[in-house]
Amino acid sequence: MALSREEVRHIALLARVGVTEEEVERFREQLSNILENFQALQKVDTRDVPATGHAIEMKNVIRPDEIAASLSQDDALANAPRREGEFVRVRAVLEF
Amino acid sequence: MSDGKDLCYLTIREAQEHLKGRQVSSVDLTRALLERVHEVEDRVKAYVTVTEARALEQARRADERLKAGENGPLLGIPVAIKDNMCTRGVRTTCSSRMLENFVPPYNATVVERLSEAGAVMVGKTNMDEFAMGSSTENSAFFTTHNPWDLARVPGGSSGGSAAVVAAGEAIFSLGSDTGGSIRQPAGFCNVVGLKPTYGRVSRFGLVAFASSLDQIGPMCRDVTDCALVMNVISGRDHRDSTSLVDPVPDYTRALRPDLRGLKLGVPKEFFVEGMEAGVKEAMETAIRQLESLGANIDREVSLRYAPYGLAVYYILAPSEAMANLARYDGVKYGYSADAPTMWEALEKTRQLGFGAEVKRRIMLGTYALSAGYYDAYYLKAQKVRTLIREELKQAFERYDALITPTSPSAPFKIGEKAADPLQMYLSDVCTIPVNIAGVPGLTVPAGFVGGLPVGMQIIGKPLAEETLLRVGFAYEQATRWRHQRPAL
Repeated sequence: MALSREEVRHIALLARVGVTEEEVERFREQLSNILENFQALQKVDTRDVPATGHAIEMKNVIRPDEIAASLSQDDALANAPRREGEFVRVRAVLEF
Repeated sequence: MSDGKDLCYLTIREAQEHLKGRQVSSVDLTRALLERVHEVEDRVKAYVTVTEARALEQARRADERLKAGENGPLLGIPVAIKDNMCTRGVRTTCSSRMLENFVPPYNATVVERLSEAGAVMVGKTNMDEFAMGSSTENSAFFTTHNPWDLARVPGGSSGGSAAVVAAGEAIFSLGSDTGGSIRQPAGFCNVVGLKPTYGRVSRFGLVAFASSLDQIGPMCRDVTDCALVMNVISGRDHRDSTSLVDPVPDYTRALRPDLRGLKLGVPKEFFVEGMEAGVKEAMETAIRQLESLGANIDREVSLRYAPYGLAVYYILAPSEAMANLARYDGVKYGYSADAPTMWEALEKTRQLGFGAEVKRRIMLGTYALSAGYYDAYYLKAQKVRTLIREELKQAFERYDALITPTSPSAPFKIGEKAADPLQMYLSDVCTIPVNIAGVPGLTVPAGFVGGLPVGMQIIGKPLAEETLLRVGFAYEQATRWRHQRPAL
């Protein structure tokens, strides 16, 4: 299951993780090796086997919709790298 | 009264007796531990943050409550918290550059419950970044050293939480376990560690890694202490919809010194190829001991899907992680890199904020979930997850618990596996199936190989914590491994 450098760059783009050329090569090697190892799963017969998302089965969990205290605005904004008044400041998403 | 170092090695139950009898105050106990931290920390490096002033203040308040006649198993007892559980006003880093300066505006539910019970927080412990790793070598800050041999790893990812208990730097600690992160380091450090049933302990305020696998649990000096901590931290929490509604028993009532009437299975697949000979020998001795305590042992159990657990885990956990870690965008909190445009800033933030293993797993998860590979990797892994879970369920129709080694090797040398991710992943091979099935697993000290600790794992069906604690307790009463201290 050898990945190409192009594929590694594509995955990094999807994940929005910047990578250097050196990292591309290292990840290519390591991820290929790991995926190669996981090929063993293909040997398991899973016809008619349902998928498990959560191991402990739970029905819908609901609670009354009651108003209760939550974080203050100052608390919620305290860790924001860029703040403007009562807002989190972000970079332009749309460029014209 | 005993000297400072002896105080540092008390169990919760012993410390509680001392506090009740007024031989020591919580402030005395906390001071002794802080002194111990100053004495050994430059060698062990288990704490990311030591909360000295806050600890002394909490200890003073605990002493007032004690004086007022209040009584509680954790009142005045010093505890260490893994640095992925939110502590209001105390930075919570996940041992990552990304959260190096993050100060949570709220407490995790477990932190709240410990605080109400009067426990005294000594500090926040080092870990593999975002709990991804088995040695603490993936911490962005420093590697924690195993108190039994400073050239070796303490295990991970809760390596700091295991090391502080072994080194006498806390009376007990909390860890989190996604694929073995409580049990493997506990085993490596001669500590008792419990990964409860998925949902038994609230995950609210635990920084998410793989939400269908993560679980918080206690790391202690003996099984009784584990039961005492479980009594406090378990139970339904409306802020975690996956927390279980089942009533919480008094876990200490399960502790009995014999195993009569219990049927225990030893699955041969867990005695993996390449397992260290000394670990195997220690396990055989331990299993004979369980037999002499009255357990009925079946050594011919086979769990043929368990060996696929590693591949299933390293597809599912990174897939869940890549979604959970998408929130680190440098906007609301955490590290934020500067760049002219939004996309550049986002990529740079994640490039510089995450370490190599975290990036590796995000990319692995992104690949496993991407168009064209979803069926072959993610869905396939979820189906094999069903098979592993069903097989364990069937085993628990015949056995009260299963006995396995906690790890296939004794603690390895720092640097030994750091360059080869796959080799590192293999050290979780015995603990991973437990998370995949959502069942509880307990590790107890089971001997030494060349001076290095070996752990025995006890696995049960969902909500069988009491059975596990009973087996662990009976075994520990019959052995003396837990009384050993590292030469520090």
